[in-house]
Amino acid sequence: MTQAQAVLPAVRASAQDGVLGWVRRNGLVAPALIYAIVVTQAPFLLTIWFSLQKWNLLRPENSRFNGIGNYIDLFTTGDFIPALFNTVLLTTGAVVVALLLGLLLADLVNQRFRGRDIVRTLLITPFLVMPVVGALGWKTTMLNPVFGVVDWLLTSVGLPRVDWFATVPLVGVTSIVIWRWAPFMMLILLAGMQALSDEVREASKVDGASAWQEFRFIVLPHLKSYMQLGVLLGTIYILSEFDTIAMTTQGGPGTATTNLPWLIYQKIFYGYDVGHAAAMGVIVVAVTYLFAVNFIRLLGQLMRGNQ
Amino acid sequence: MSISVPSIIRPRAAAKGVRAGSKVEQAGRFRAVVAWAIGLVFFFPVLYLVITAFKTEAAAVVLPPSILPFGDGLPLSFTPTTENFGAVFDRGFAPFFLHSLVAVGISSVLIVVLAVPCAYSLVWRRGKRSYDILFFFLSTKFLPAVGVIIPIFVIARDLKLIDNLLALVVMYTAMNLPIAIWLLRSFFDEIPADVMQAARVDGANLRQELQEIAIPMIMPGLIATVFICLIFAWNEFFLAVNLMATRGATVPMFMISFVTSEGLFWAKLAAAGTMAMLPVVVLGWLAQKQLVRGLSLGAVK
Repeated sequence: MTQAQAVLPAVRASAQDGVLGWVRRNGLVAPALIYAIVVTQAPFLLTIWFSLQKWNLLRPENSRFNGIGNYIDLFTTGDFIPALFNTVLLTTGAVVVALLLGLLLADLVNQRFRGRDIVRTLLITPFLVMPVVGALGWKTTMLNPVFGVVDWLLTSVGLPRVDWFATVPLVGVTSIVIWRWAPFMMLILLAGMQALSDEVREASKVDGASAWQEFRFIVLPHLKSYMQLGVLLGTIYILSEFDTIAMTTQGGPGTATTNLPWLIYQKIFYGYDVGHAAAMGVIVVAVTYLFAVNFIRLLGQLMRGNQ
Repeated sequence: MSISVPSIIRPRAAAKGVRAGSKVEQAGRFRAVVAWAIGLVFFFPVLYLVITAFKTEAAAVVLPPSILPFGDGLPLSFTPTTENFGAVFDRGFAPFFLHSLVAVGISSVLIVVLAVPCAYSLVWRRGKRSYDILFFFLSTKFLPAVGVIIPIFVIARDLKLIDNLLALVVMYTAMNLPIAIWLLRSFFDEIPADVMQAARVDGANLRQELQEIAIPMIMPGLIATVFICLIFAWNEFFLAVNLMATRGATVPMFMISFVTSEGLFWAKLAAAGTMAMLPVVVLGWLAQKQLVRGLSLGAVK
């Protein structure tokens, strides 16, 4: 925003009006814009329309307009409420723990020490690993109750074995999600810490602040907007978590780890129930939107702040 | 900033005054050890998957975990083998890899073609609505896939595009387009205004401006942007599993089906996982300086 706005005047509509003029002014933006509208906005409007229909792909002859009937069904019967509850638990748990871990990691990696770049590379790797592969590694070699490394460690120090995906399945899934997202939080917070000048931190040392005081009264307030950024982005993405569940528990045992994306997948692929699946999709979008609006507002503030 | 720095105090000098072996340095050393330890813990599941890929099935389930691929008979050692990778190829890994390569590659090319002119125009040929358009793109990024998958599935079914890679190309392009536009915007924005003005004074037309000045100046940023699009598309699973079946099935789908058929054979699973993740893990390591910018859509540098 900075440079361009200050020096160059906006391209204005001029004499070259008409179709050619429009193309000249908008030709660079229009293809991407039209593409985004056609592939994302139009289908979403259709999702809303579908959510008002009683429509099963196996019995299309029974289709009819159903008003808000599908939404009423969701809240009064069946598996929607438990899935909503699981979604909230998974998302909140993962975001909070990942943020705290990310804060610790960022603070550790923010100072100079031998091999810092290597440690940072090691730490971001979980975020780069294909999610289904990361979940596979955890499910087999790490968390298997008999042959897994984690349970081997537990039993070596005298603790009991835990069959993670049978007894505390949501904890198992959430742990994998945390492992994947803590590095993401670290990256965002680390960028925030590096934007804080060394001089301010060192001055506080000279003034006799302890490490904790320096962290509590200088670093933490400065990081506030970066933490918000991390929480909002993390929430938006983890609300749609699907891969880890597909690889580890398939929503089970029973419906213990069924979140909304997994339930929607089941409704459409095993139930062919377009109406209810679409209604759930609309609800996920609505919840996501609450966080996205805040993210966009924050981003707008940051962009103006940078000017 | 809430703290004012008295000009007499030179923070640098204060920092230099720390003597070797002092408390501060010991604390720093302790924190370095902790950082290394946590880094290794986070990396261990990935490393151990790669190690397991080189074990025999019998060795893969031995505890305590053997991690040294040499030194026969020493504690924690095993004899490495590459037979698992052959087994993965025998189970038809190659076509899945090819499908992923096609979907991810073509969508990345499309993204560059759409996003570069768009982002350039939103920064350097700003119109009244540029700001709104920029934020519109951002909002499309936050539309979860579950919010569009049902109509996309129904339309793809009617158009006979289920199990056709074209459907994935279209979706991956839409998925990464806002990231690319926002990232490229932040790179284009860093070009000094003098440079662009000089070009315009010299009478450069739009194509020259873009091709000969702006794009070369952001080349490292453009490459990082492509890397980030490649990473997200390569790892994508939800759209793939909803829209593809066999003729267009991608690498993550291979992983899921392989677990169903070979769930008990950890070494083979690990070999498949290693081959699946390795390409983009390496890309991510190469692009790590730009990663945070990509993840925060250009908000954090």
